[in-house]
Amino acid sequence: MKIAVASGKGGTGKTFVATNLFHVLAERGDSVTLVDCDAEAPDDLLFFQAEKISETVVTHQVPVINKDACTWCGRCSKWCNYNAIFYVPSAKVIEVIENLCHGCGACSFACNAGAITENPVVLGTVTSYKTSGQKPLIEARMRVNEMSPVRVIKSAIKVAGNDGVIILDSPPGTSCPFVQTVATADYVLLVTEPTPFGLSDLRQSVETLKTMGKQCGVIINRADIGDASVKRYLEGEKIPLLAEINYDPAIARSYSEGRLVSLENRETAILFTELAEKIIYDHGTGSHQR
Amino acid sequence: MIMELAVISGKGGTGKSSVTAAFATLGEKLVVADCDVDAANLYLLFSPAHDKEVVYIGGHKAVVDNTLCTVCGICESYCRFDAISEKDGKIVISETSCDGCFFCSRICPMGAIKMVRSDRSRMYSGSFRNGMMVYGRLAPGEENSGKLVSMVKDEARAVATGMGIRTILLDGPPGIGCPVISTVTGADRIVIVTEPTMSGLADLKRVYEVARKFSGEVNIIINKYDLNESMADRI
Repeated sequence: MKIAVASGKGGTGKTFVATNLFHVLAERGDSVTLVDCDAEAPDDLLFFQAEKISETVVTHQVPVINKDACTWCGRCSKWCNYNAIFYVPSAKVIEVIENLCHGCGACSFACNAGAITENPVVLGTVTSYKTSGQKPLIEARMRVNEMSPVRVIKSAIKVAGNDGVIILDSPPGTSCPFVQTVATADYVLLVTEPTPFGLSDLRQSVETLKTMGKQCGVIINRADIGDASVKRYLEGEKIPLLAEINYDPAIARSYSEGRLVSLENRETAILFTELAEKIIYDHGTGSHQR
Repeated sequence: MIMELAVISGKGGTGKSSVTAAFATLGEKLVVADCDVDAANLYLLFSPAHDKEVVYIGGHKAVVDNTLCTVCGICESYCRFDAISEKDGKIVISETSCDGCFFCSRICPMGAIKMVRSDRSRMYSGSFRNGMMVYGRLAPGEENSGKLVSMVKDEARAVATGMGIRTILLDGPPGIGCPVISTVTGADRIVIVTEPTMSGLADLKRVYEVARKFSGEVNIIINKYDLNESMADRI
């Protein structure tokens, strides 16, 4: 089964939850894979001793226009919905703006003169690691200065396959990178904090998941620092509150140094083990249960 | 001359909005633009008036009319976003995977694919106690957040010019992708807010690489520096 760990607001503890869930399941010998889908800011690897197994480069096809063959009909530019072909026939100017291109291929199809060929452009990498516990960790990493992590995220989830429990550490927000990550998930674990900002962004996440028909539960992180509005909201919406984690400077410090809290703190390890068991028991599907 | 200052972070939750809000209350009248359009929060602090509301057309989604479709599969074979598949003898288009490129609708020999506009996102602007505020609200699951950010910034510039305000504060989204690039494009000065953690440092390095391409003036703020002072020193 696939469990996505997500949040509208950034910095609520997605990576903290995803890495610790992965760790406790790995410790008991379950078949488990961690996929870091936060391709713009991937940090999961910092928390593990891991050996690199393989790397794939994710590309998309960007057009190259041969001006000598071009008949200046303008069809390619008309078919491009991303304004990625800058076309001024009177000045004999036709240029591809690579940053705007989404690699859909419409322009190559539109060209009747055979003037368009395509070249791959690198969007990012998907790297497979094996942790010291012999479990796969797959990292999606968008290339700096690229615009969209979506294709890289999709490739990473594909590489992860379908065996056992697959934990998807989602990017923040509720737009396309988040949607792409949770689209394949059987269950979404939302991490929030008990503040007005946390609540506002949680609402947005819940609404998005509703339109997608996804089931979700919530963890309130730093549960003792804010107000009760998140809890009231969850009660009103009948969304399960799966765990509350209080603020603990020792936890924050371990995290800051890239250490796994459940390795050092028994209570945290128990909390994550119970959480994992509950989700798998309630939402695990068929042979993907473990 | 209007001065634009963008606050961004790479890692989420480091304190962008808190820093922006603090700057916004220093005294001088300014325009605050919340560019974190899929998790807008500043309006919660400043409760701006809703003087203006504009509909934002995010993108398009392909929708197939199964009564016209002959399941020839041409659309499926050309779609590069894996959005089209055949299920139980019917063409199905996945809304989450569709990129809105129009390719399938253009090549369908039966004219069975329509592109439907999404118009649920909004942009608002209005006054608050320290000036004017502009912010966007991207509808749940919507794409093209970078374009909405541009719209928010254009409105912020128009408001600033119209009212003779000299400073625009941009509260950016986390990450390094299109909405971030959209936020920092044209900014005179960029402030990156980070925290003294390994993640904070790793994400700072990536976002700094983006930021320095857009502005000569990049400054760093380490928030919660005493969480780990040796990590703060490393940063």
